[in-house]
Amino acid sequence: MLPDPFPELSKARLYNVGFYEIAEFFYKLAEVADRLKEESGFLAYSPSSLPDRLEVPIRGTVRVKHGFPIFQKGGVCMDVTNPEQAAIAEDAGAVSVMVLDKLPYDVRKHGGVARMADVKVIENVMETITIPVMAKVRIGHYYEALILEEIGVDMIDESEVLTPVDEKHHINKWLFKVPFVNGARSLGEALRRITEGASMIRTKGEAGTGNVAEAVKHMKIIMGEITLLRRMSPEERMRKAREYGVSYELVDLTAKLGRLPVVNFAAGGIATPADAALMMWLGADGVFVGSGIFKSKDPRERAEAIVVATSMWDDPEAVLEAQSMISEAKSMMGIDISKLKPEELLQVRGE
Amino acid sequence: MIKIGVLGFQGRVYEHIYMLKILAKKYKIPVEAVIVKKKDRLEGLNGIIIPGGESTTISVLARKFGVLDELKKLIEDGLPVMGTCAGTIFLAKKVSDRVVGEVKQETLSSMNIEVVRNYFGRQRESFEIDLDIQNIGRKFRAIFIRSPAITRYWGRTRVLAKLNGVIVAAEEDNKLAFVFHPELTNDLRVHKYFIESFVAR
Repeated sequence: MLPDPFPELSKARLYNVGFYEIAEFFYKLAEVADRLKEESGFLAYSPSSLPDRLEVPIRGTVRVKHGFPIFQKGGVCMDVTNPEQAAIAEDAGAVSVMVLDKLPYDVRKHGGVARMADVKVIENVMETITIPVMAKVRIGHYYEALILEEIGVDMIDESEVLTPVDEKHHINKWLFKVPFVNGARSLGEALRRITEGASMIRTKGEAGTGNVAEAVKHMKIIMGEITLLRRMSPEERMRKAREYGVSYELVDLTAKLGRLPVVNFAAGGIATPADAALMMWLGADGVFVGSGIFKSKDPRERAEAIVVATSMWDDPEAVLEAQSMISEAKSMMGIDISKLKPEELLQVRGE
Repeated sequence: MIKIGVLGFQGRVYEHIYMLKILAKKYKIPVEAVIVKKKDRLEGLNGIIIPGGESTTISVLARKFGVLDELKKLIEDGLPVMGTCAGTIFLAKKVSDRVVGEVKQETLSSMNIEVVRNYFGRQRESFEIDLDIQNIGRKFRAIFIRSPAITRYWGRTRVLAKLNGVIVAAEEDNKLAFVFHPELTNDLRVHKYFIESFVAR
């Protein structure tokens, strides 16, 4: 077995603070925001607090929203464009599916404006399978998000793969009862998205390329920055908080946890079981696979193989077994990222 | 030393391990948690927890790595087991889905309960509430995330908690089942009950 790539974060998978306490942290932020709101009409960018005793079910709370991604941990979310692909994903053991109009690879080839998927397609997928269904919205598009919440998708991906509608702002995700996942290339970006209410983070990578290099880069940057944060004095963390544009408390919490305070998946260019296992080894809690499965010539086998490799990444024998289930000749061809023009990069959308 | 396995293919694995760690520290109970992903790790366990996660995923992997049959046998022979959410689905003898209906997924078929998946709806309908649970206590913060419900029970199964008439916790001999997530709270009572009344019995 390979040694831990980030030994100082070796306990990163095992929280040294419970989920409940992390959720409490967000409520504490809320209390401060509420006081500010009373005094100055400040727009709350944090969750509203709960009464002491819950006599009736309360929906869409922080614990419920942040709790959802935790049950995805160790699993694979697969991009699908129709109910048939969704059924293949479910049979293979995916923990959820992401419904798109076009796979990221085709978004690249097709050009034009990429928008949320067809409402009918999303509804058809939801009626076909039993596992959670996610869908993407354009960065900053409140109404696509509202529509997805109305349909009842289980999680919304505010995604750079689609064409952003707001160059400067993301959605204020605290306003929604459905949890959100956002992409990030660095710790600052991840913490800004968490501040806006994201319940889950994924690396951006470079979607639709079949090349995992950018996802590796982004995961290493995030883990490296957390390692540095742990060694910093409170004053230095204060400076970092200003640099990132987030609260000192959130930076401090991240340093103490030795990991992001929300679930962190890898995404962008994962195409083989070995790619998935590599990302898990680097500290991902699970993976998103976009074009990698349904742009290959062996989607059924590949889907199951990636599920196996993601769950059993720390067992070389099992990863070998997973990798043997697929054939490299059937992998998606992929795109050389260095050949892409700067304006063709998706990862630079939404800082 | 009490050795508790946590079925570790996918889901809220580390959250259960965290709860066991805190339980051991707070009550000075010598509990050690092991992640089980291969059948040789089932040896010498005093109890096992099947965590929440996606039950179809857990089924696929447990079958592939031979854990399913081995675990089924151990539970039949009396190994104490606690299931939460997907874990309860995994223990049930009969499973269906609220929207899709009949499902073909493989389970351990150990407990005399019928479970309906996604009973309370989708993620949007997920909620938290304070419950009174028999043998465990009052005002337990229960977090329901796309949770199933127990719709029927027979044999020696006993109901531990209901929410608006729907069964959300039950026990039968060596088996304890919750459709919600005690591992997402800071309340150790459920884990303590499992260790004290099932494992260290």
